[in-house]
Amino acid sequence: MEERKRKAVVLLSGGLDSMLAARLMLDQGIHVEGINFFTGFCVEGHTHAVRLDRRARPVRNNALHSAEQLGIRLHIIEVIEEYKDVVLNPRHGYGAHLNPCLDCKSFMVGHARQWMEEHGFDFIVTGEVLGQRPMSQRRDTLPVVARESGALDRLLRPLCAKLLPPTLPEREGWVDRERLLGLSGRNRKPQIGMAHAYGYEYAQPAGGCCFLTDPNYTKKLRDLWGSRGERRYDFDDIMLLKIGRHLRPRPSFKLIIGREEGENRFLEGYRNRFVHLWTPEHNGPLALLQGAADDADLDLACAIAARFGQGRAAQTVRVAVGEPNGSRHDREVAPLPPHALATDWYL
Amino acid sequence: MDIDARFLLCPMPVIRLSAAMAKVAIGDRLTVRCTDPGALYDIPAWCRLEGHEILETRTESSGEIVIVVRAGR
Repeated sequence: MEERKRKAVVLLSGGLDSMLAARLMLDQGIHVEGINFFTGFCVEGHTHAVRLDRRARPVRNNALHSAEQLGIRLHIIEVIEEYKDVVLNPRHGYGAHLNPCLDCKSFMVGHARQWMEEHGFDFIVTGEVLGQRPMSQRRDTLPVVARESGALDRLLRPLCAKLLPPTLPEREGWVDRERLLGLSGRNRKPQIGMAHAYGYEYAQPAGGCCFLTDPNYTKKLRDLWGSRGERRYDFDDIMLLKIGRHLRPRPSFKLIIGREEGENRFLEGYRNRFVHLWTPEHNGPLALLQGAADDADLDLACAIAARFGQGRAAQTVRVAVGEPNGSRHDREVAPLPPHALATDWYL
Repeated sequence: MDIDARFLLCPMPVIRLSAAMAKVAIGDRLTVRCTDPGALYDIPAWCRLEGHEILETRTESSGEIVIVVRAGR
């Protein structure tokens, strides 16, 4: 009797390593489908997509682009709510910033295991390389991921498999261990060579694929938690941290100011959630106000908003203050002079 | 079926479309309204992988993107 074709689900991040791991499985005749988890912190084309001045870069989801090149299905799964516990309470702690890399990997492999079981797949594939990442891809932490995710020996890392104990797919002969790789360390020349050989395009996001490794982003996230007096967030919070200038002139409130038309258009979508400021008689950004601003705060916020508009040289500028309920009142303010815009207001 | 994915960033428009697709029959038309220009690439790419057909893509004067899809498999 002919043995059935084995099925692997690959965690496809949109980066090169996971794409190559999937390729190695396809080359061995395995049926491969991709899975990609959207946590809300994923670095994708969208921040560039929002900004009209960055349209020169490819505006696309990298995982989808990888899947297209591989010719495999991709299941994009939103895990924003479940992921909060990983961010807020990582068992293994954070990396250099707020990146819970080891917990994150166990979470994602764990969800892939669940998906694998529900969909009748045989094993899980990742693009991990031994020694490439300081938290989640060390010799002592790779087994932690396999154990805590529940994937155990159904987790295959084709790029470094020869350096690890044989997994179930190798022992059962579903894949040929001899055709897997033994890559280690941070040198990416072998992967880049393979990408060229296969003719693959791939993304190399500066700073990695997660905003939680970004010091500027995590500074804003810490500020958000500090201003609330508790560590919590919702989806809109973490989206807005990616957009605009963020200034906290007073502990009581923060301004998010669009840097260009694309960001202003995105911020428009939050008019019904936040007090918002704009200068109706001059071109200028839209500013969202987060927090509880009293009258003096509002005057300062309007002066700052005026500072970032085309009327910044005028004696006074009319600033419209819109409420989430659609009501509006206007204030006449002097734009804040440049020297009054304190650098430590910027988050 | 109409899907409002305005002010959602990539990949949320695809996730919304995927969820809606699970509720319709083959041949049904779905209209996705988005503001993220990434959808212009992502939704057609996802549809190619899943076997759905893009019937129309247009950008309105407001900047909103409208993509009409016919459900495949």
